[in-house]
Amino acid sequence: MPSLSPSPTASRWKGFANERERFLAAYRWMILARIFEEKIAALYRAGKIVGGVYLGRGQEAFSVALGMQLDQAHGDLFAGLIRDQGGRMAFGETLMDSARTYLGSVEGPMRGRDGNIHRGRPTRGMPAMISHLGTMVAVVNGMLMAKRFHGRVDVVGGVTIGDGGTSTGAFHEGLNQAAVEKLPLVVAVADNQYAYSTPTCHQYACADLADRAAGYGVRGYSIDGTDLTACLETFHEAIERARRGEGPQLVVGKLLRLAGHGEHDDARYIPARKRQEPHGGDCVALAREKALKSAWASAKEIDEWHAQTQERVEEAVARAQSEPEPNPFRESWHALATKHLAEGTPPAQ
Amino acid sequence: MSITYLDAIREAQARALEEDPNVFIYGQDVADFGGAFKATKGLAERFPGRVIDAPISEDAIVGSAVGAAIEGMRPIVEMQFADFSAVAFNQIVNQSATHYWRTGVPCPITIRLPSGGTEGSGPFHSQSVESLYAHYPGLIVMTPATVEDAYGMLLEAIRIEDPVIFCEHKLLYYHLKADALPRSVLPVGKARIARVGRHASVVACSAMVHEALRAARVLADEGWEIEVVDLRTAKPIDTDTILASVARTGRLLAVAESFPWGGITAEVVSRVVTEGFHLLDAPPQRLNSKDTPVPYHPNLWRAHRPTWQSIAASVRHLLGL
Repeated sequence: MPSLSPSPTASRWKGFANERERFLAAYRWMILARIFEEKIAALYRAGKIVGGVYLGRGQEAFSVALGMQLDQAHGDLFAGLIRDQGGRMAFGETLMDSARTYLGSVEGPMRGRDGNIHRGRPTRGMPAMISHLGTMVAVVNGMLMAKRFHGRVDVVGGVTIGDGGTSTGAFHEGLNQAAVEKLPLVVAVADNQYAYSTPTCHQYACADLADRAAGYGVRGYSIDGTDLTACLETFHEAIERARRGEGPQLVVGKLLRLAGHGEHDDARYIPARKRQEPHGGDCVALAREKALKSAWASAKEIDEWHAQTQERVEEAVARAQSEPEPNPFRESWHALATKHLAEGTPPAQ
Repeated sequence: MSITYLDAIREAQARALEEDPNVFIYGQDVADFGGAFKATKGLAERFPGRVIDAPISEDAIVGSAVGAAIEGMRPIVEMQFADFSAVAFNQIVNQSATHYWRTGVPCPITIRLPSGGTEGSGPFHSQSVESLYAHYPGLIVMTPATVEDAYGMLLEAIRIEDPVIFCEHKLLYYHLKADALPRSVLPVGKARIARVGRHASVVACSAMVHEALRAARVLADEGWEIEVVDLRTAKPIDTDTILASVARTGRLLAVAESFPWGGITAEVVSRVVTEGFHLLDAPPQRLNSKDTPVPYHPNLWRAHRPTWQSIAASVRHLLGL
């Protein structure tokens, strides 16, 4: 959706003319993420996806608000995790990169060597996550240190994690390192109440994960992660502060994962009442309500966006499905860039 | 002029910093203090801002090195001791080693591991971990045994487009000396015939090369000519040079300081058996440390690791003496 990309000029609305434009741009990224993920989930149920499918349903507002307000062309970074379909695309990942990775197309960035959410284009500010949580914080720190070496101190790195991931040693090491180095890092913690099946009472004992910010010497924010406006405002502030040299920013969004850990998981351990509790709402539905109530968009317009988006998604998926799968006979089976030093298995017989 | 193994490591880093503005050093106590072993002494002053003290966070140190490499830098990471790389294991084997293969973007980082046992260092400051990292696809593992290789191979490690685990032996730091820095060294991936012989081949790496050479000198007095092969890189292993040596001698002993289960000695024996069984006149032998943590007390430590005495005893056994 290039027409929705903001210009890099700094302004109150980060390149958008007013609050309405920014809100609707974000909302449309959320619609794209939701529809794309629904399509991928349907393909998974039909047995058309190799490996797992992990959805960001319920986290689109929080994810998009960060990804969209970072500026890829300017040199910013966005390290998405498993529930960041929205943020990844809003930052700059193409729909085809997403579709190709899920569908195992050899044309995709991972070429069948890795799949689903383990994807990225590291030299375009999108490092490819590994499954070990917390580790991407340090990777983004290193990218920012490199930018600083090269004289770029006005770029910001965004990195996302969940409440469970904050319990890792890697997360602690990474955030502390960023604080010590005063890096322009924005850490988005989606406190979605469950790490796979484990509720937060078995994950952390502080009142709010944002309370930890002071301990690291970084600025902390705690917001309703289902409220798109709050997400946009907060990430805007956090990004601008980081860009001004104020060091790492820790934004905690309270929300509820509206899906299983993956599509293989029916999440029956999440009681239905959770959806009625604070932060249990669907951010996409809430954004629609706000758009209608503020008269920023009509129901007809929104329906049209849905229909157009659905069409785009179907096209992208169909294209990716028609592309070749990786061929083991053409695979080099060498893991080194220095080819002559590779002790590879010879091609399959 | 006399140059130690440690001087060579420092000089190689100085030259890399001088030649390439993208090189920087990151590790604990490496800046003004010059490192726990003084391998970076004076470099912070000479190259301001490019030798950086890190928090005690091995995971984050390697993770950030990967990130910096993605953005075009060539980080040199100093682990204070090889043993502590266990804390960074995940970033090394899952982040750095998989990066090029998964994304097509190279990850040129060098991780220096002060390795191996010294008297009184105990279980957590003595380990030889080259076998551990050699197990993983996507890593190159160097085990230099000479001053010349410490210099030349470290320079190569920094230039290589892949993550390199550089195992430098602490026992060699101060005692091993050369007259001058080398003008050129063998290419990476090539083993070296450290001593020519015809009765048996001892394949070793790092400090064990020197134990093997001493054993060979002792056996020479008894009339046995022992060939010593210095592997230089644990991964890739130069199978051709090993096989050629075994073709000359018919007998193989593989020696390493690492723990005995699996590892480099097992790999060397396995390759010779599978590719050169017909060259062997006797069952190939392996010699490693004992299968316990590395002991603290010198009496125990000396008995735990292979030495010139235990190597000589193994060679005698191999020769049927």
